[in-house]
Amino acid sequence: MAVELSSFDRELVDGKHGGGAAFAMRLLVRFAEAVDARAFIDIEAAHVDGCLYHGRASLDFTERMIELGGKVRVPTTLNVGSVDLIHPELFRGTKEHAENGARLMRAHVELGCAPTFTCAPYQTMWRPRFGAQIAWGESNAIAFANSVIGARTNRYGDFIDLCCAMTGRAPAYGLHLSENRVARALVEIAAIPEDWDSEQLAVAVGHAIGRRCGGLIPAIVGLPAGLSEDDLKALGAAAASSGAVALFHVVGRTPEAPDLETACGGLTPELRLQLTAEDLREAARSLSNLDEGAPLGAVSLGTPHFSIDQFVRLMPLLDGERPLIDIFVNCSRATLDEVRMRGWEKPLHNARVTLVADTCVYVSALMKPGVGTIMTNSGKCAYYAPGNLGVGVAYGSLPECIASARAGKVVRL
Amino acid sequence: MSARAFDAVTLVHGAASGPVLRLDEPLSFWGGLDSATGTIIDRLHPQCGACVTGSILMLPSGRGSSSGSATLAEALRLGAGPAAILMLERDAIVVVGAMVAAELYGLACPVALADARDWESLGAAASLTLEAGPDGAAISADL
Repeated sequence: MAVELSSFDRELVDGKHGGGAAFAMRLLVRFAEAVDARAFIDIEAAHVDGCLYHGRASLDFTERMIELGGKVRVPTTLNVGSVDLIHPELFRGTKEHAENGARLMRAHVELGCAPTFTCAPYQTMWRPRFGAQIAWGESNAIAFANSVIGARTNRYGDFIDLCCAMTGRAPAYGLHLSENRVARALVEIAAIPEDWDSEQLAVAVGHAIGRRCGGLIPAIVGLPAGLSEDDLKALGAAAASSGAVALFHVVGRTPEAPDLETACGGLTPELRLQLTAEDLREAARSLSNLDEGAPLGAVSLGTPHFSIDQFVRLMPLLDGERPLIDIFVNCSRATLDEVRMRGWEKPLHNARVTLVADTCVYVSALMKPGVGTIMTNSGKCAYYAPGNLGVGVAYGSLPECIASARAGKVVRL
Repeated sequence: MSARAFDAVTLVHGAASGPVLRLDEPLSFWGGLDSATGTIIDRLHPQCGACVTGSILMLPSGRGSSSGSATLAEALRLGAGPAAILMLERDAIVVVGAMVAAELYGLACPVALADARDWESLGAAASLTLEAGPDGAAISADL
């Protein structure tokens, strides 16, 4: 069935709002047909992840938009790019990659996007409100916006997130619609490893549901009350790496899941899954391919970008012996400003911390050549770093990461 | 060699044929596919190391990062992408990557939605020919 276009949609297609909007809308119409949407809706914001350089195709696309005179029609934030424009000296890749990466980031700003360059836009002043219709890219941000805030977005990928931004329109399908937001899988956390902190638990649960829930929206019961937003961020990031999770409900914690019945929309779940303490330990173990005691080249924290609350957790852990290896902490420009304002830049530097803004260690060339092994507290970084960077990886808690940085090898606490 | 015909739903137009590569699990192109070589690099994927170049890629569904579209478009630009993609679930990220390669470079990588009941037979074929047009898609399998 064809997509129904409003008179405004037709004006967009016909070029009445410029060539860039017309190109974007034509792609959106074909996209809407492909996902079987019947109409378009207005969006109030967009988050674009197309500013990470994957090769000529992303640059060619954005420059085509600029040539056509395009500008975004709604407030639009940007995901991480390939280079840290604040600390360009950190980039160790080829000159061509650095130039094209920076060019792609600036091209998006030229289209009217805000230079946030963060994968955690939900922890900035651009955080959407509950119920807002938005078009977001970046899998962890999508999971957070839908699950923790209750805003509504599908998993928009590169190109289409920008097309939505250029038109202010998104196809009415999937998670934009209330009926598609109810849980279809029930995940019961039967027991929790006693020695774990809440972040470890969140990562393991996220990794396990990503692998085991398929495309079904999970409702999770049995998690301790008082999981922080950063814990839920870690859960969503892990789940959206090992699976296509764009929305999860934590019963009693997230806004569309005050209780199980509401989370499931009164329906019986198609899948019931029980996770034991051993299942969770196994999920955490599967994120490491390095054994205890294996030598490490670096530690990377902040995938997704470290929040100011996470810096508050980190600072006391750094008191004491200077680490033997570098610790990279990825954060947004806005968080970096806050860290500087609090006077933490120098103590962090003294503790061998390299602050990375605008990008992230696991998508950029920031580490010294020859670093073949890293440790991280992020399920997402642990999942992708071996493929992206060709490194061995150990996943561990934040305290384990710092203890390991001091020892220069994988330490388990 | 005998041929069999199957119906499918067009997601992205085009025609292609090639040997079959059936993936046993969903794949995220971003972080999972090397766009320069077409090799699967997701170490947790059962077919890590396989090459998608020129194949009729049977990908049950998408997964993971929303950056997969650019990786697919770039792989297609470099001639390292699949000839066509068959899916069991609609996946916007895959569709967009193929559409953008068509818009920017005029390179066709048709994408179609197959019937779950045909998946085994399609996967058992040596090669497939896909013709995905506005009125639907037809797959012909050399068994």
